[in-house]
Amino acid sequence: MQKLTLKQICSGLIALIAVGIFPLLTTNTFAQHVMILFFMFGMMGVAWNIMGGYAGMFSFGQVAFFGIGAYTSSYLLITYQVTPWVGLIVGGLVAALVGAAIGYPCSNLRGHYFAIASIAFGEIVRTHFNNWKLIGAAEGLSLPMLNEGFKNFMFHSSKLPYYYIMLAFLIISLLVCYLISTSKVGYYLRAIKESHDVAKVLGINVVRYRLIAIMTSAFLTAMAGTFYAQYVLYIDPESVMLLPISIQIVLISMLGGAGSVMGPVVGAAILLPISEVTRVWLGHKGTGVDMLIYGFLITLISVYQPKGVWGLFANMGKRAK
Amino acid sequence: MKKGSCLEVKGITKHFGGLYANDRIDFSVEEGEIVSIIGPNGAGKSTLFNCITGFYPPNSGKAFFFGEEITHRRADAICKMGVARTFQVVQIIGDMSVLENVTTGALLRYTKIGHAMKKAEEVLAFTGLGEKKDYLGTALTIADKKKLEVSMALATQPKLLMLDESMAGLTMVELRGMIDLTKRIREKGITLIVVEHVMEAVMEISDRVVVLNSGKKIMEGPPKEVVRHPGVIQAYLGERYVVSQ
Amino acid sequence: MTEQLLQQVVNGLLIGFMYALIAIGLTLIWGVMNIVNFAHGDFLMVGMFASFWLYTLYGLDPIFSIPVCTALLFVMGVLIYRFVVSKVMSGPMLAQLVVTFGVSIFISNLAVYLWTPDFRLISQPLLSGTWVIGEVQLSIPKTVASMGSVITSLFVFLFLKKTKTGKAILATEMDREAALLMGINTERINSFSFGMGAALVGIAGAFLSTYYYIYPQVGGVFGTIAFCVVALGGFGSIEGAFIAGILVGLVQTLGGFFFDPAYKYAIVFMIYLITVWIRPQGLLGW
Repeated sequence: MQKLTLKQICSGLIALIAVGIFPLLTTNTFAQHVMILFFMFGMMGVAWNIMGGYAGMFSFGQVAFFGIGAYTSSYLLITYQVTPWVGLIVGGLVAALVGAAIGYPCSNLRGHYFAIASIAFGEIVRTHFNNWKLIGAAEGLSLPMLNEGFKNFMFHSSKLPYYYIMLAFLIISLLVCYLISTSKVGYYLRAIKESHDVAKVLGINVVRYRLIAIMTSAFLTAMAGTFYAQYVLYIDPESVMLLPISIQIVLISMLGGAGSVMGPVVGAAILLPISEVTRVWLGHKGTGVDMLIYGFLITLISVYQPKGVWGLFANMGKRAK
Repeated sequence: MKKGSCLEVKGITKHFGGLYANDRIDFSVEEGEIVSIIGPNGAGKSTLFNCITGFYPPNSGKAFFFGEEITHRRADAICKMGVARTFQVVQIIGDMSVLENVTTGALLRYTKIGHAMKKAEEVLAFTGLGEKKDYLGTALTIADKKKLEVSMALATQPKLLMLDESMAGLTMVELRGMIDLTKRIREKGITLIVVEHVMEAVMEISDRVVVLNSGKKIMEGPPKEVVRHPGVIQAYLGERYVVSQ
Repeated sequence: MTEQLLQQVVNGLLIGFMYALIAIGLTLIWGVMNIVNFAHGDFLMVGMFASFWLYTLYGLDPIFSIPVCTALLFVMGVLIYRFVVSKVMSGPMLAQLVVTFGVSIFISNLAVYLWTPDFRLISQPLLSGTWVIGEVQLSIPKTVASMGSVITSLFVFLFLKKTKTGKAILATEMDREAALLMGINTERINSFSFGMGAALVGIAGAFLSTYYYIYPQVGGVFGTIAFCVVALGGFGSIEGAFIAGILVGLVQTLGGFFFDPAYKYAIVFMIYLITVWIRPQGLLGW
């Protein structure tokens, strides 16, 4: 992974400025909502990428971390009036610990085996939350309507603060991913992805680095979960623990390009508007047409552009060589 | 136990069910030596490598590296101690460039990418892959992949390098290059254990040769003695050749 | 108490035989071409709906619609292989994992679109009622379905071991390159195996439709359980899938009985995780 070139830094800044002033130019709250979701899924895609694109651990259970983050901060807020900002950190830590606990026995699992284990993990967590009276079981948790403000991480009159906070989270996750990719950890994860034998023979402690990847990924995903809880003010297992969310996260990374820092962001930028728009236009009747299109797209992408779209952009400047 | 032994192997036994792949193997290697391990296919050579380097746990027996026991240690821990190895089926990181591959190896001894990369470039200059440093791993020929694998191992700065059939499948020119590389590695002070089938390489580089057959060590000694030994000839070519001698 | 326990064991066996048949199809596909078919549960759903519509529109009892379901699902499987799956075989692993998810989402939502999400039931199958043996109650449709699954599984064993195509499939499973060298058209074997895997689960769907609710998302749970069964039995092992299916059925009912019915699936998933931790290749896998 190369360090950034001047050209890349400039284009990044321009994109940042564009995204930064976007919500000031439009009062369309749906558009703002789509952008917020784009940032959120982009962040989760980047988090997934650390485990999946770099280390080869294709997780289809990320939603469990999302839900753990959402529930932890919400429960702490409701029961102990802990500010969501602290809840955010605690949620991340809990998710990281759970990730390590499940990651350790699965240390030698690769490819399909790991994927299925991650699905099983996600489903176990969901079943548990569905039946756990302490945190509302199937009825979920309703967050209290507190005074709006940064301290309470709650804003009622406008989506703008949510927009910028989520954007900041996304940037944080991109920074983490970038730092990993240009460091020893990144090299080691890529070696592990290739083969455990190669990694061992170069002196890499495979278990340790896999856990590092899982815990980082879990922490970031949980952050998104806390954000979501503060954004919608009601969570239940059906909205924050479902397998389709995990699949969407994988899809975003794959579409954009797993194994590159910006890939998942590109993937989210393409996929979120499509899925939100089709859901609003076509999904409300319950006919499933939106998901139909979605499934078709997934299939199409897997067949025709499995390496993702980011690779195309990255090579466009190099084609002259 | 001999003092100053780089590697000491005592009674290593590994069986899979009823099949004894390694049956009470003993030998030792002095620092600075090149020892070759030969034997017909299925003799247990790669299994022995795997037992020593922590990829298989032996059923019994011990291995010592400069006096410290390495049996049952984790493979990456053994590498950290200074034992590097290559595989019979060459293993490199296909998605990375040659330079990145070797850098990954160098990162064992350095934390900063910059330093590791510099070390990697030194190693590549030494092994002769410098010009191809930006080639993607998957784009290399088999000979270059083997060289890359050796480069990666050297980047971990080992005291002992164990090569598993590095000369297999090479053309005459590539073979000559690999033989010379092996000698240059020894000149750097690295001890070598080499599993090999290519006899001309074995004859040229080895100080001593250890012969395995059907899991047992049947002989060890200087190369010229070993190839004339009736037991060795029988193992490779069958009884009729022994009689005809 | 013991009668209840015995009842649960019987129930476990009955559902276990169904799981076994579903898993055999899945493990066949996996063993031959290394693809985990995440749409497998949805193939089951299609089989169930096929049986339902044949009953509702033509009065054909599920037991007699089995040949139709088999043929339909076989063709569907082959087409999906030819036009979708075969194209990702040479692609990155991630694509192979995701593509059958795409097919799964497509099929299940196509079902929602065509037939609405409503639950359906075959109200008057030919075989209904309950046998009572001692203290144990055996629902006749369930028992017939289970026995049917066992018989079908037996046919599969015999097919694989005794027929030329079957042996070719086994050969491809064991060593693809060697099979190619022996002149086996592995691409055709792939198509056939995918179709066969789909057909088997279509048969299971027909059997299941005699007593289970039929709705578009029904494939979800069965699919996920099938993975656990296959992983437990060992990817690629037909006998393993059979035995593991029975084990999983028992774990599910007994686990629900001793702990909490709401957790019965979670317990199955836990067994999967424990198995891959201790013995990654499953009970009989390679």
